[in-house]
Amino acid sequence: MEAASLPAALELAAGGGAGLSPEKRAVLGASLLLLQRDYRFERVWFWGCIQGVRGSYYIAEGLGPDRAAPRSRLYSLNCVEWSLLPPVTEEMVAQAEQLKGRFQGDPSFEYEHIEINAEDAERLFEDEMTTRKALPLKFAYVSLKPTIKEEARLVATIEQIDRAVGIIPRGAFVKTPLGSVHENRNFEGLSLTEAKKLSSYFHFTKPFNLKNKTLLEKADLDPSTDFLDSLEHDIPQGSWTVQLEKGDTVVVLRSLLWLGLTFYHVPVTKQYGYIYFGTGEKNFDLPFML
Amino acid sequence: MYQSDAARLDPYQTQEPQSAYQTYAVGRDPYQAYERAHGPYQSREPGYGLHQPGHSPYDDQIPDPKSRMLAIQNAKAYLLKSSTTSGLNLYDHLANMLTKILDEQPTNAVDIIENISKDVKWAQFQKKMDTLRDEHEILPTFEAAEKRKALFLKANGGGDEELEEEIGETPLPNVMETAFYFEQAGIGLSKDESYHIFLALKKLISVQPIQTCRFWGKILGLEMNYIIAEVQYHEGEEEEETEDEEVIEEGGKKRGEVEDKDEEKEKEDEPPKSTYKPPPVIPKEENGTGANKYVYFVCNEPGKPWVKLPPVMPAQIVCARKIKKFFTGRLDAPVVSFPPFPGNEANYLRAQIARISAGTHISPIGFYQFAEEEGDEEEEGGAGRDTYEENPDFQPLSVVEMVDSLTTWVHHVQNILKQGRCVWLNPFQKSEEEEEDEEEEKAEEPDELQQEIGPPLLTPLSEDEGIQNIPAWTAQPSTNLIPQYAVAILQSNRWPGAYAFASGKKFDNIYFGWGHKYSPENHTPALPPPVQAEYPSGPEITETRDPTLEEELAFKAAKEEALAAAEEDDDEEDVEDDEEEDDD
Repeated sequence: MEAASLPAALELAAGGGAGLSPEKRAVLGASLLLLQRDYRFERVWFWGCIQGVRGSYYIAEGLGPDRAAPRSRLYSLNCVEWSLLPPVTEEMVAQAEQLKGRFQGDPSFEYEHIEINAEDAERLFEDEMTTRKALPLKFAYVSLKPTIKEEARLVATIEQIDRAVGIIPRGAFVKTPLGSVHENRNFEGLSLTEAKKLSSYFHFTKPFNLKNKTLLEKADLDPSTDFLDSLEHDIPQGSWTVQLEKGDTVVVLRSLLWLGLTFYHVPVTKQYGYIYFGTGEKNFDLPFML
Repeated sequence: MYQSDAARLDPYQTQEPQSAYQTYAVGRDPYQAYERAHGPYQSREPGYGLHQPGHSPYDDQIPDPKSRMLAIQNAKAYLLKSSTTSGLNLYDHLANMLTKILDEQPTNAVDIIENISKDVKWAQFQKKMDTLRDEHEILPTFEAAEKRKALFLKANGGGDEELEEEIGETPLPNVMETAFYFEQAGIGLSKDESYHIFLALKKLISVQPIQTCRFWGKILGLEMNYIIAEVQYHEGEEEEETEDEEVIEEGGKKRGEVEDKDEEKEKEDEPPKSTYKPPPVIPKEENGTGANKYVYFVCNEPGKPWVKLPPVMPAQIVCARKIKKFFTGRLDAPVVSFPPFPGNEANYLRAQIARISAGTHISPIGFYQFAEEEGDEEEEGGAGRDTYEENPDFQPLSVVEMVDSLTTWVHHVQNILKQGRCVWLNPFQKSEEEEEDEEEEKAEEPDELQQEIGPPLLTPLSEDEGIQNIPAWTAQPSTNLIPQYAVAILQSNRWPGAYAFASGKKFDNIYFGWGHKYSPENHTPALPPPVQAEYPSGPEITETRDPTLEEELAFKAAKEEALAAAEEDDDEEDVEDDEEEDDD
């Protein structure tokens, strides 16, 4: 969620019982601004908090002029000092997917005994070869490291969560003909009926299903606002709960795949955002639980 | 939408006289602005002579200003032409649009010009004066607001007496105070919602005869959420809920009798009766003890009526341990699972609440102590004490001590055994009634069950097992910057969402979550049981394999031989008889 609207947003997204203490709220107002100054971000989003066993990580994301570009991610243990996380690679994501269990709370902790099965290893190897135009010497670099640091696991998890369940309302962002994406200044909010439908929300990440739509569906779409995947076709069906809270004035979507992700939107206003408060573990039991 | 407009304009263009077209060319050319900015061109450069005022290629077609005026009038007439489909005309529309832009002065208006145009057109619809009056839309939000407002109205009647009662001892918990302490750790609902819950609890207390009441927590569901209150009735004021259960039992007995009659009718060739005896149903604990110590009320939202949850049965707890399902938010929803859950969502909710309470309700050591009247400690194999009372001499420990070690916290809710009860019960113990009804012959008595023993009441948390390498609890002070006023906060790792705080003499527990236990391994549902054998082999019934074709043929052949041999014998005998008869 936008750093500027953090106090109001936290009130709206607090239905799940998770939030920030007054101390953290107070310091975030200042420290996120300083982040914006230091890293020259155009927008700073407070992404949420991943709770480890011994401590929690508070995450912020910084966006540049193109809001759809890969974002810079920073973490902090106390919301005062922030450290930049390394940019995420596919290899990190693959390794992090193998890990199970809670985060430890210590950024330098190393997880051991990562096993990547042969197929993934080959795929990664090929990716590396094509992207790097590898010299034979770099063969050995295809790093099947047996250990992964908690920092890498953290950024990989954040990337997974953003890809899978980071959502925005339809029409909130527009794509310019030059390809860059920025906020739609004419977005006045979804109406109440629209806000209850899953098709009015998009994944804010590279679309997968867009090309597969039939021509009939594509005819109704407006390419400036409908350039992302909607939530309608998420698998498994029912992996989002849509509820009206606070006397039916706020629409809250919660993801069941990544328990802890909450998206809120006040219909007919510009207020929306998502935040994650949780342990950073994917809910693999979802099909059994529905 | 705009592309189609442009397409429509084009056919008009070709019909217009060339003179009118020329003025368009000047205005519509998007590059002209750029071109002008590049000037002045020298005569040798490309671009010279093009699109310069007075020197355009079509200039020779408009020789004098009079025609120019005519051309302008024609253009204006064209702009004023009403559209056949919408009744608007372009001149008015452009005028409105420019007026709006000049009034509002948005930044970078050129980037959003299409949207402004759309807005202006849309505004047209609102200004129509209809003879029909707008019926005010009754949104569901208004009804919800009504309900919430009702919470804030003070109940009528009573007057002074009620006021005195309220100010005195009241079972109403101070929800806002608890919310404040939890908020120091970032846990809890928004202040609005907490206040609504506060008022909803007040309403609950005014309706039911309640001795103690506590806000237990909130469980999230798919369609709606549950707000749960933990309540204890005044002694002797409980409603007897056993009526329903008795009715069910009688119904079952009646059915059994009917079946017996049917069976008596067919006495020939009955299939062997099954020797299956279902495992005995373990009775639930009495209201007020063990897992049913507290009564729970739930509602979906503050303002909606509170519903009482039924007491929990051990079978439900045992089954709830094996399944993992989301709550839908409707208490009467069925729970479809394997093993089949004996009950609906209300029962499942109650079972999870019982498990969470047993696993995560903790208090600082010394706050509760055992009552001193316990004479016999050896009853029933050391079943342990199950009652406690507040310690009047409680000395609170400092926050640092509370956070550093887990021995400073104890569970004050009884542990639930594997059986599903807090106090172990041997289901095969014959009670007096059962002895009379039971048949004399008992085929096989199952082995005596081992008595299950759990950790006694008031065990410290350090005895809690962790999961793999994660401790069962994470303890932190709420703030490191101001340790004088910090609050000790414990988070459970086994039941994510369960929190406890302690500050001085105050402490509380709360739960915010989905209602499931944490397991690092993926949930594997129970496998169905193996296929049951049909009948045990015995002298009356033996299963043998069907004879193969060769065996059948061989048997047939043998039979025919025997028959032939028998016929011969018969013939001989007949012949002999005949002979005998003949002889006679």
